[in-house]
Amino acid sequence: MAIANPSTPDVRGISDDIRMTWNGKAFAALRRGGELAAFFILVIVALEAFIVLAGVEPYIFPAPSAIGRALWRGLIDGSYLSALAVTMTEILGGLALGALLGISLGVAMVNVSLLERFLYPCIVALQTVPKVAIAPLMIIWFGFGLQSKIFMVTVMCLFPCLINTIAGLRATDSDRINLIRAMRGSRWQILRYVQLPSAAPYIMAGINTAVVLAIIGAIVGEFVGAKVGIGVLILKANFELALDVAFSLIVLLAITGVILSTTIKAIERRLCFWSGRATK
Amino acid sequence: MSMAAAVIDIPSGAVVARTSAQPQTLRVSNVGLTYSTAEGPVEALRGVSLDVSEGEFVSILGPSGCGKSSLLKLILGLDRATKGKIALDGEVIDGPSHGVGAVYQSPVLLPWRTIEENVLLPVDVMKLDRKAAIPRARALLTMAGLGDFGGRYPYELSGGMQQRAGIVRALVHDPRLLLMDEPFAALDAMNRELLTLELQRIWMESRKTVVFITHSIPEAVLLSDRIVVMSARPGQIIEIVQNPSPRPRTFADLNSAEAAALCDGIRRILDLSGRH
Repeated sequence: MAIANPSTPDVRGISDDIRMTWNGKAFAALRRGGELAAFFILVIVALEAFIVLAGVEPYIFPAPSAIGRALWRGLIDGSYLSALAVTMTEILGGLALGALLGISLGVAMVNVSLLERFLYPCIVALQTVPKVAIAPLMIIWFGFGLQSKIFMVTVMCLFPCLINTIAGLRATDSDRINLIRAMRGSRWQILRYVQLPSAAPYIMAGINTAVVLAIIGAIVGEFVGAKVGIGVLILKANFELALDVAFSLIVLLAITGVILSTTIKAIERRLCFWSGRATK
Repeated sequence: MSMAAAVIDIPSGAVVARTSAQPQTLRVSNVGLTYSTAEGPVEALRGVSLDVSEGEFVSILGPSGCGKSSLLKLILGLDRATKGKIALDGEVIDGPSHGVGAVYQSPVLLPWRTIEENVLLPVDVMKLDRKAAIPRARALLTMAGLGDFGGRYPYELSGGMQQRAGIVRALVHDPRLLLMDEPFAALDAMNRELLTLELQRIWMESRKTVVFITHSIPEAVLLSDRIVVMSARPGQIIEIVQNPSPRPRTFADLNSAEAAALCDGIRRILDLSGRH
């Protein structure tokens, strides 16, 4: 075999490029993180100073230091972590179920127009109903245990996953579909080799939206009826006017939400590393 | 008996003299295609008949709108002719087949697959033996000058290299017919000449039957055994021009008297000569 003309010097020095930008990026990320932390500390100190100086009563708005102490107490005696474990199970279980259902329904609707014609309007109608209105029903049907909260979260997560899946599958480049068709690929192969990977960035964006809704769903579900969970602890603290405890739980939820959302983003970057790079 | 043995003994890749007795790989018989649109029917192709022999390089040349790409879609089995029929190795084409490999105007590489994985895509879709295909894919990549780039992603390669990967992907399942739809249209002029010569070399090594769609006269003359000249609206064949000159050919060869006359003849057929 003659390798007559390996005319291939037209590739950039990729590894050099990546190393350079990686160092640059790491430094920029560190700096941005530092700036953000400084900003938070400034806000907390200002808040603390205002509450102490103005003499705001702790049952109206607790000082950040009190919230911090409550958070520390809750974490040490284990009550927060065992509640968080329950709430996280509800969030992750419902998110997984909702994503699975949303993606499957999206795939089904794109492929079977009859399904889209009849099922899609029903799901839109369901979507327009405030989910809080459904929560008591979930408790009646599935009881005070994990199940009712998981299904509540599922209902919250289903819609963003569904519409993003449909949009992603629809946006698939027709050249890519024809490529597989010309190889005598089946509908299933078109889906597997081209449509689902093409739709992955859309689907991940849908899941990222769903994460936030999942936390809301779990807490609302726990408010309406539950024996354990972060939502239950918040309700109890509110009844006792222990606002430092309530705030510490809200802070815990916020941290959880940020961690979940960042994790999803990291998975997205890993899975859709090619997204946004020019290829045709 | 001894004659048959002699024919079989010819190693693949050897130059085989093409005579009218060569088996016809592709038979396009009196094909017509009419689209129905909101403004009424549009005739894209009319009475197109064309036979392509095994190992032959045939170009289809014509202005835009002459139905070149419609004809390609018919041969690919992605569309149905409204009249006539197309047969590949005697089998009427009524849908996509494994016997055809296609190269498109853009490489259409999947960005989440490496170059080698992209090249192996037909093997996956056609459920062929992947283990057996990997050495072949690597050999083809080396032949196309991409030997070191199998593990790279498409976005790490230049446009010309991406298109070469597209050609390798079309060859990986050893199709009987290679269809190329203006494969170099998206490249700059220099890359275009380079890849044209590269394609000639790949073709001389693989001796595939090729149908090459282009609107570049020099490209068609340089590469082809025969050039099918088409006219637009409706697309029909006006003339089929032979180019018997020996290979390998270069772009400098196009300045020879015969080649210049050939190009000029094609321009006159297409009414592009400027001599009115």
